[in-house]
Amino acid sequence: MNPLSKISELFSYHFMVNAYAAGTIVAVCAGAIGWFMVLRRQTFAGHTLAVIGFPGASAAVFLGLSVSTGYFVSCIGGAVIIGLLPRGTTGETRVAESAVIGTIQAFALAAGVLFVNLYQGFLNGVTSLLFGSFLGITNTQVVVLGAVCGLATVALAAIARPLLFASVDADVASARGVPVQSLSVAFLVLLGAAVAAASQITGSLLVFAVLVMPAAAAQRLTNNPRRSLVISIAIAVVITWLGLYAAYVSSYPVGFYLTSIGFVIYLLAIGSEYLRSHRPLRTSSIRAHR
Amino acid sequence: MHRPTAHHSNSAPIPIDIDPVIEFSDACVQLNGRTIWSDVSLTISTGEFAAILGPNGVGKSTLVNVALGTYDLHFGTAKVFGHKPGSHRQEIGYLPQRRSFDPSLRIRGIDIVTLGLNGHRWGVPIPRRLRHSGNSESESRVAEVIELVGATSYADRPIGQLSGGEQQRLLIAQSLVQRPRLLFLDEPLDSLDLPNQGSIAALIHHISTTEGVTVVMVAHDVNPILPYLDRVIYIGPGGALSGTPREVITTANLTRLFKTPIEVLTTSDGRLVVVGQPEAPAHHSDRHQHDGVHQDNHLPDPLVLREHRHH
Repeated sequence: MNPLSKISELFSYHFMVNAYAAGTIVAVCAGAIGWFMVLRRQTFAGHTLAVIGFPGASAAVFLGLSVSTGYFVSCIGGAVIIGLLPRGTTGETRVAESAVIGTIQAFALAAGVLFVNLYQGFLNGVTSLLFGSFLGITNTQVVVLGAVCGLATVALAAIARPLLFASVDADVASARGVPVQSLSVAFLVLLGAAVAAASQITGSLLVFAVLVMPAAAAQRLTNNPRRSLVISIAIAVVITWLGLYAAYVSSYPVGFYLTSIGFVIYLLAIGSEYLRSHRPLRTSSIRAHR
Repeated sequence: MHRPTAHHSNSAPIPIDIDPVIEFSDACVQLNGRTIWSDVSLTISTGEFAAILGPNGVGKSTLVNVALGTYDLHFGTAKVFGHKPGSHRQEIGYLPQRRSFDPSLRIRGIDIVTLGLNGHRWGVPIPRRLRHSGNSESESRVAEVIELVGATSYADRPIGQLSGGEQQRLLIAQSLVQRPRLLFLDEPLDSLDLPNQGSIAALIHHISTTEGVTVVMVAHDVNPILPYLDRVIYIGPGGALSGTPREVITTANLTRLFKTPIEVLTTSDGRLVVVGQPEAPAHHSDRHQHDGVHQDNHLPDPLVLREHRHH
C-alpha cells in the first residue's frame, strides 16, 4: 500500500494524532534527560524508577485514578527518595547501594502484579503497562504530558551547564561553587518525570528505547556535547515517529518497534564510529591536529 | 561590556595587594574525631610558588580543602585573601588530586577547559550565530589557555582517550582559564613519567611567573619542583614546618618532623641533599636558572633535593 496515503489516513484518527503529539513531547524530553543520564552513568537509577512506575500505575488504576497520575507520582516520588538516600563514595557502599536498589526493584514489580490482580478484569492492561501502548491516549493526558515534559525540559536547560560540569568533573565543579549534591537530587527528579512520561508510551520495561538508545547512539556520533545532545533528541523523535507508524500499519506492539528501531540506529552509530576511527587520515585525525 | 578580569564573585572585589594570600595560624583539623594535623601556622605571599610536602596520608590535601573552604578548622584560624576560606571562589583555580577520565567519556578536552570558564553559570548560553556582536571572548580565552599549556593539537579529542600528561595539561588549562589569582594543584605530577613531571613542573613555574598567579602545589616528591620553589610547607607525623626551602630543609627540622633520622647535606656547589627520607625514587634535577621574579624570597642558589637510602 502507498505509505503516503497510509500517513494521511493515520492522521485522520484522533487517537493517532494524540499518540503522535504525546510521543513527540515525550521523545524531546526523554532524549535530552536521557543524554545526561547516560553521561552520568545513571541508567541503573533510570531503570529502577521505571520499575517503580509499574506498581504506581497499577495502583492508580486499582484506586480509580488515571494511569498518568500513577506514573508521575511513583516515579517522581521514587526519585526524591533515591536522591535523598545517604550516598557513600567508596566502592563498598556503592555495591551495598546497588543491592538495596535491586531488592526494591524486585519488590516493586511484585507489588505491581498484586495491584493488577486485586483489580479484577484489568489483566489485559498488564502488557500495555509493561511493554507500552499507543491506543487510548486522552486529550487530558497529552496536556499533562506537555506540561510536565515542558517544565522538565526548561528546568534541564536552566541547570544544563552546571549539571554537565558536576557530571564530568564533580570535584572542580564543587570547588567553583556548583551545588553538586543538590544538582544530583534535582536531576533525579527530572529523570523521574522523564521516565514517568516515557512509560506512558513505551511501557515501564522499555523506557530505554527513548531514554538510553538515542543518547548512546548520539554520543558515538560526535564528541561535541551540544551537538550530541541535539542529535539525541532528534533520534528519540525519529524512533517515536517511525515506531508509531510501524505499530499503526502492523499488528505488533509499539514497544517492540520503538526498541528495534532504536537498536538499529545504535548499531548504525557504532558502525559509523568504527568507519571514522579506521580512516583516521580522512576525517578525525586531520580535524584533531588542526 | 567586557571586564578585564573575571570577577564573578558576589562578594566585594578584593584589593589587589592583599598579602599574605594565605594565612593559617595554629590551625587544627579533625575528621570523624581523628586529628589530621594541628598547630599548623603558615603564610604564603602574593606571587609565590609554594609546595606542601610530606608522606602520603599525612593530610596535605586536607590543607588544600581547608583553604578552599570545603573543610572547616577545628581550632585556629585560616584566611585566604584576608577572608574566610570559600568566600572568593572565582579567584581560585583548583586541580584536584589526579583523576582520570573514563576512556568512553564523549567529552572533548576543549569542553573540559570551557567548563572551567562558565560551567558554574546557570541558563543556556546564546549560540554565537544568534548574537549580534559575534562575541567569542570566552572562546578566544579558552584557545589562548590551551595554547599556553601546549595542548592545541589534541584539545578536540575525547579527554578519556588522551595520555596522562595530555589530560594533566588540559586540566591545568581548565584551572587557569578564568584567570585565577591563586592556584591549588593537588599532586599534579603524580603518576606521570619523569620527562612529563619535569615539563609540567616547568610549565607551572612558567605560568606562575607570566600570569602572576600564586601557586600552591601538593607533592610527595620534591625533586621536579624544588628548583622553582619560593616556600615549602612540610607536614609530618611530628607537626608542620613552613618557610623558605633553606630555612626548613635542615637535618634537625626534618628529623624532628618525620621522627626518623634524616640528614641534610650541602654539596660543594651549594645544593641540598636529603638523606634517609623513605620517599619516591631518587633522580637528579637539572639546575634551573631562578629568575628572581619574587624579590622577597629570592633564593641565593637553586636547590636540589636528592634522596638516598641511608646506609
